[in-house]
Amino acid sequence: MKFIFIIFLFTAVAFAQPQVPTLTKWATDLTGTFSEQQLNTLNSRLSTFEDTTSNQVLLLMISSLNGAVIEEYAYDVATKNKIGSKKFDNGALLLIAKADKKLRIEVGYGLEGILPDALSSSIIRNVIVPHFKRDEYYSGVSAGIDAIISAVKGEYKADPDTNDEDGDSIIPVIIFILFIIFITFVKGGRRGRGGFISYGSGLGGSSWGGSSGGSSFGGFSGGGGSFGGGGASGSW
Amino acid sequence: MKKGMVIGCGVAGFILIILAIALFWGIGAYNNLVNLNESVVGSWSQVENQYQRRTDLIPNLVSTVKGYANFEKEVLTGVTEARAKVSQMNVTPEVLNDPQAFQRFEQSQSQLSGALSRLLVTVENYPELKANEGFLQLQSQLEGTENRIAVGRRQFTQIVQEYNTTIKRFPTTIIAGLFGYNQKEYFKAVPGSDTPPKVEF
Repeated sequence: MKFIFIIFLFTAVAFAQPQVPTLTKWATDLTGTFSEQQLNTLNSRLSTFEDTTSNQVLLLMISSLNGAVIEEYAYDVATKNKIGSKKFDNGALLLIAKADKKLRIEVGYGLEGILPDALSSSIIRNVIVPHFKRDEYYSGVSAGIDAIISAVKGEYKADPDTNDEDGDSIIPVIIFILFIIFITFVKGGRRGRGGFISYGSGLGGSSWGGSSGGSSFGGFSGGGGSFGGGGASGSW
Repeated sequence: MKKGMVIGCGVAGFILIILAIALFWGIGAYNNLVNLNESVVGSWSQVENQYQRRTDLIPNLVSTVKGYANFEKEVLTGVTEARAKVSQMNVTPEVLNDPQAFQRFEQSQSQLSGALSRLLVTVENYPELKANEGFLQLQSQLEGTENRIAVGRRQFTQIVQEYNTTIKRFPTTIIAGLFGYNQKEYFKAVPGSDTPPKVEF
């Protein structure tokens, strides 16, 4: 805990950079360049990609870095939002600073093998930048995301437990539910009708667990992936 | 007589309890030091790996650039010499306990950084080289490695600072002194290291 606090203190003092946003969607545009529909298309593509392969690929477009170094900012955005799963570190971030005309693909540890720096750089230079030079931001981002997705595809298969952080916490929940059911049966054996009522509350508990799993479907939530500075930067 | 024995037993018991508490605390503090020490060494090897990768990338870069007619010879020799100096060093985690060796390591690596960035700035004068896909890939690998070095150094510095604070704080400092956990070296910002070197044409 103390260690985490030291990290925050250090990063806060060391860089006068724009605030690191908490990403709640796969595609975030803070510049108002993309239409609602375009963002929805990007979001559904990236969320489907996460559902099928468990890789988390995120897009963030900001207007300016305020003089901060794009590598440091991208690293902070990626690590603070914990992109990628803790198990595979399979996250990637496409960051665009529109006014600075700079962009970066930040690649998590687990994807460095399949999305090496040279490939990230090639995607930036040959796929995205030509569109950006013509001010075609959406087609550039869309083509870039397609390229990242097709590179990363097949690296990891989706975990049958949609969220592997839940994998640890679900066992106590099951034990708790079983315990409640057990208690209910014991009580139910003694006092007939009261058992039915508390059995109902046991069911309520299990349906609550289901809905918490469902809520993560609507928005992005990081899985605890870590980054080591892999990826490439570019400008247009 | 009986009363004295009761008091004696009480005092002895009290001392035993205090000793037991001190022992448990000591074990905890010691284990914490072991963990911290391991994470310092671990993050150091991350940094060192990336420095090694950079050294390995250089021969390819030099041979790619060499192919271009009248490319500035002294820039290339600068890189090759700095690389030779770096690869002569035998770096073990022991370097963390030796301020002078650490400084030598840091100095030779930053010389290589300087030579490399001079090379990359000079390349700006060669449009055909800048359009060469092979060179661009090498350049992106080199940039990626530099960035990993930067990230690794940041993480390493944080961990060493935590380690150094822990071993200096009372009462952990007693345990640290007892088992020979000394202060470790870390990267301090070199003055002027954040400004790229100037190249005269």
